[in-house]
Amino acid sequence: MSMNPGGSEGRLLAVLERSWRPVALLVACFAVWWAITSTQLVPPYLVPSPGTTLGVMTEKSSYLWQHTWVTTYETVLGFVIAVVIGVLAAVVMVYSTTVEKTLYPVLLFAQVIPKIAIAPLFVVWLGFGLTPKVVVAVLIAFFPVVISMVTGLKSVDPEMLQLAATMGASPLKTFAKIRFPASLPHLFSGLKVAVTLAVTGAVVGEFVGANEGLGFVILQANGNLDTPMLFAGLLVMSLIGVVLFVLVEIAEQLMLPWHASRRGEAATTTL
Amino acid sequence: MKGNLEAERTPGAATAVAAVELDAVAVRFRAKKKEVTALRDVSLSVAPGEFVSIVGPSGCGKSTLLKLVSGLLRPSAGSVRLFGEAVGGTRHDIGYVFQRAALLEWRSARRNILLQAEMRGMPAAEAGRRADELIEMTGLTGFEDALPHELSGGMQQRVALCRALLHRPPVLLMDEPFGALDALTREQMNVELHRIWRETGTTVLLVTHSIAESVYLANRVLVMTARPGTVAEIIDVDLPGSRDYAETMSQPSFAEATGRIRDLLGAATATD
Repeated sequence: MSMNPGGSEGRLLAVLERSWRPVALLVACFAVWWAITSTQLVPPYLVPSPGTTLGVMTEKSSYLWQHTWVTTYETVLGFVIAVVIGVLAAVVMVYSTTVEKTLYPVLLFAQVIPKIAIAPLFVVWLGFGLTPKVVVAVLIAFFPVVISMVTGLKSVDPEMLQLAATMGASPLKTFAKIRFPASLPHLFSGLKVAVTLAVTGAVVGEFVGANEGLGFVILQANGNLDTPMLFAGLLVMSLIGVVLFVLVEIAEQLMLPWHASRRGEAATTTL
Repeated sequence: MKGNLEAERTPGAATAVAAVELDAVAVRFRAKKKEVTALRDVSLSVAPGEFVSIVGPSGCGKSTLLKLVSGLLRPSAGSVRLFGEAVGGTRHDIGYVFQRAALLEWRSARRNILLQAEMRGMPAAEAGRRADELIEMTGLTGFEDALPHELSGGMQQRVALCRALLHRPPVLLMDEPFGALDALTREQMNVELHRIWRETGTTVLLVTHSIAESVYLANRVLVMTARPGTVAEIIDVDLPGSRDYAETMSQPSFAEATGRIRDLLGAATATD
């Protein structure tokens, strides 16, 4: 049986227990950053100090917020579309070998084309607006979703499917009650990869041609040799990725409590 | 289960209404461009309510035999009948228990049992009553809400058994259901299965590797030869209807039956 720490106090302790190491590492990184800049090891126009960077972040906070929202919107929209298309494609591929054989090589081909290389093409085709950014985000996030969903749908115990057959279950019921829920743990590991990639996709789209978004902010700052703003943009960008990743993890824990609890148990037994 | 197995059913009227009837059944399949015969000329007639154990060396096609009865697999030759009716496709009037419990990890024990009802579209109230009845019968009371990973192997197998019995199937197929359990749990499960069989009156086909288990539970034991699987002998078990475990083990007829099976299996593996 799992050992559930009692009450909110126990849960808080568990969170602290889990998070103090990464937090300590992060603090250490900032300390090194601060040490490098404060000892003038590197000139400040190349690497601004943490203090300067944070100063820019508070000073220009409304400017940063505005562009952060743009990038977040592109990322989330691209991610959601990638999930919908990816899951549907995976389902069709698992149920039809013909479709799988036809689609899989094409998907692989689409995956190995560097998205950064084809991003300019989307600007030519779709203009400077929201669409090309979302398209690049979708393209880059789509692949891990399809792969993980296909793996998930195929991971179902064949005996379970035989059992469903002896129960006279319709294919739809078998999918809804057995195959789909069984595939979710795999899907979620793909979603975690996809959501971080979607940020990259959106920013790549902005690099190629945009007048808003964090990619635009970074390019602007780069052109003005405004390294504090460049660093601020980078920090915010990684924060978007981390926050979205955590949101996907929370969704996983809410949707698959059975999976999370089992994984937790495995972890305690191996430690 | 794919198209490389062709069914060839002999037309004709069913004479005696056996629960399960196999007539000169053969199963051949193609593996690496070579034709492999898994089963050859297997005939067996099981009366309604009878308990038949199937033992044989590994890979002799015991599980294949159960797949044939369920209709999950079609014979290459010969015929399979359930209650006089030729098995044409997957049968829904059977219960199936595998070696692994094959439970849905996200469902509680009770909801795993009720999967059978949901898939069949059984009325929920009736299914719920039946599930509670089975939970009590198999000693799962108090574990209804536990998730599979919180249950021991024996408990998981009890859940699988309840699920297989929910729709009151006239035929129960069990494929090494206790193979993964420890010896003590296995004995307990044998005693319980014996009692449940007597209470439900279901026809049971049990594939097992345990000679003691095969004899203790069954009316008859089908002993098979190594691949290609054929019937070595069908042994009648001369034991009373209601069996106490320890008492049964000390019966001369028990020793006689197990001894005979051991001889047959020794001969089967010697020719391997």
